[in-house]
Amino acid sequence: MKDPKDTRVVVGMSGGVDSSVAALLLKEQGYDVVGIFMKNWDDTDENGVCTATEDYDDVIRVCNQLDIPYYAVNFEKQYWDKVFTYFLDEYKKGRTPNPDVMCNKEIKFKAFMDHAMSLGADYLATGHYAQVQHNGERYEMLRGIDENKDQTYFLNQLSQDVLSKVMFPLGHIDKSRVREIAKEHDLATATKKDSTGICFIGERNFKEFLSQYLPAQPGNMETMDGEVKGKHDGLMYYTLGQRQGLGIGGPGGPWFVIGKDVKENILYVGEGYHNDHLYSDGLEASELNWATGVVPTETFTCTAKFRYRQKDSGVTVTPLEDGRVKVVFDEPERAVTPGQAVVFYDGEVCLGGGTIDQIEKNGEYLTYVG
Amino acid sequence: MNTIYFDHAATTPMRKEVIEAMVPVMEETFGNPSSVHVYGRKARKILDDARRSVSSFLNANEKDIIFTSGGTEADNLALIGGAKANQHNGKHIITTSIEHHAILHAAEYLESEGFDVTYLPVTESGRISIDDFKRELREDTILVSVMYVNNETGVIQPVAEMGALLEDHQALFHTDAVQAFGTMPIDVSALNVDMLTFSGHKINGPKGVGCLYAKEGILLEARQHGGEQERKRRPGTENTAAVAGLAKAVELVEEEQRARLTQYKLYKKIFMDTLKEQDVSFEVNGDRINLPTIVNVSFPGANVETLLTNFDLSGIAASSGSACTAGSIEPSHVLSAMFGEGNERTRNSIRFSFGLQNTEDNVREGAEKVASIVKRVTKTT
Repeated sequence: MKDPKDTRVVVGMSGGVDSSVAALLLKEQGYDVVGIFMKNWDDTDENGVCTATEDYDDVIRVCNQLDIPYYAVNFEKQYWDKVFTYFLDEYKKGRTPNPDVMCNKEIKFKAFMDHAMSLGADYLATGHYAQVQHNGERYEMLRGIDENKDQTYFLNQLSQDVLSKVMFPLGHIDKSRVREIAKEHDLATATKKDSTGICFIGERNFKEFLSQYLPAQPGNMETMDGEVKGKHDGLMYYTLGQRQGLGIGGPGGPWFVIGKDVKENILYVGEGYHNDHLYSDGLEASELNWATGVVPTETFTCTAKFRYRQKDSGVTVTPLEDGRVKVVFDEPERAVTPGQAVVFYDGEVCLGGGTIDQIEKNGEYLTYVG
Repeated sequence: MNTIYFDHAATTPMRKEVIEAMVPVMEETFGNPSSVHVYGRKARKILDDARRSVSSFLNANEKDIIFTSGGTEADNLALIGGAKANQHNGKHIITTSIEHHAILHAAEYLESEGFDVTYLPVTESGRISIDDFKRELREDTILVSVMYVNNETGVIQPVAEMGALLEDHQALFHTDAVQAFGTMPIDVSALNVDMLTFSGHKINGPKGVGCLYAKEGILLEARQHGGEQERKRRPGTENTAAVAGLAKAVELVEEEQRARLTQYKLYKKIFMDTLKEQDVSFEVNGDRINLPTIVNVSFPGANVETLLTNFDLSGIAASSGSACTAGSIEPSHVLSAMFGEGNERTRNSIRFSFGLQNTEDNVREGAEKVASIVKRVTKTT
């Protein structure tokens, strides 16, 4: 291992507190730190204002405080082609995409990684809450210490090659401590609000945003028995298990989204949070990545998450011949959603994950979930 | 790290003589030039001397010199002030698609105010055509503004020819000579211009000061409202020290221009020869009629952001187009005008500009570093 001062680390800086502190910690450890801001989306409004301007300005202020060089790089085209196109395609299919997983896979840890390497970097660092451990010949990705912030769910597509070149300086710290460090050093971003939601939509209205790209096709909301309960604004605006925005009144309820029929443009709704139709006992997933570098050939048990910030559930994973996997849940799960990621863990180690395609119950596909 | 500056078209280091001309003004001559006492008179004398020396260099009249805060303000005053004061004669303005944003954005503003602006195109050579200009010139054209030398490519525009064509036309003729100043002959009557802009910090003078030459008798509406300084065309207490520095920088240009040109020609030759020796594949953008101080080079297969970041990390300061407010490099409007929107060259071209920070040795060393970076990044992509 080279001396830190001869080790160049490119830090992906978003203008938020996490990546600011990541850069600070690396600088304190003596690395040759270079801050780079990625511009992935052009949100310039009619007045010529774009939020990226403010974020980059924060990157500049923090980098000047840390006395490290800063640059920007534009990946708008790659983001559009690899992430946004996928995002729209999934909605068109009636599924619920996870653009963050795709962005990490295609942009941050691919296009951006390549860019960092072309600058002579030894490592790429980000402010993600995850840890990388070098164990003999292999690299292991571990959950972040702060279990509330652990982001391995979004990083499930990282390969061994990528893991060998990444640093996550915040993986072993609590978020609250990150804020404290930022305040102790009076970083320009110390009190900046965390960004929420999908990065390219930001604080804007999701429905309005999506309607600019996909034509909304209103249709019927029906029970599984075919009783019309009202109108929906377009299937893409709804996700499984959702309660808000259905507007179904009358006795009974509350009502939840339990499925979609894209062909007939029907949104299925059912009564009760624990509506039986929302529960499943297995799934099939594709686009598998094994972050461990070991592709399983035998059935094994582990834990899994079907969405971000969910508690782990016990599962049995069986590799299928085409590289996909079948996952059987120890207990029935509510609102497992096609298009989202299923991510596997062995204790603290993130094994990898894939994209949920089919949902099963009693050995049969649930065709109504979309 | 040893750094090499190839960005003199962005800004230049101040000459020692310039600083020496400014310091006594800051230390001793603090009076307000408009004051009716000895302090004011002393300060006023600084301005008078500067005005005399600058006007003599331009072959102009002292009364035609308006000191401003820089090139942008001078361009805005010329374009907007000239258009508004002459709109009773028409609303048509001609400029080019390769102007500095100080002109382009001022022109866009005038369009929003109801003026009709024609933007002359350029060919791949980076030059506008006189035929296009003749075709677009109308009876109701009130203002023509064409830069003397383009700041991204160094390509010289046919300003004197246009000046001659406009001799008997009502239109005011302005040229932005910010980039030309210091290397091109600047004689306002030979160029036949009514207005001419230049800036202090591009000629080894101070930042925050510039000048608009505006021929006596032309109508010009002030952009600011305030006192009666600069013959009511530019209100605001004069930046005496900076003006003294600007005048000194102009004097130095006058004394050294020929020697510097010879030097810069050599630098450019060394730079280009080194790239060729190192077997780098490149093409020069606009290489026909241009300044020895600027070379704009396209590196096929490379990408501007990767190049510039690598250059800086290796101590080479160069630039390309203009950075957007979010830091990423926007395709250059000048190269887009030359080669078409989306052309590869708008995404792989770098401007290197030479000046006082350079020596034959550091130009060679810089070119070698540039060559090795270009070879490395074009190999990986």
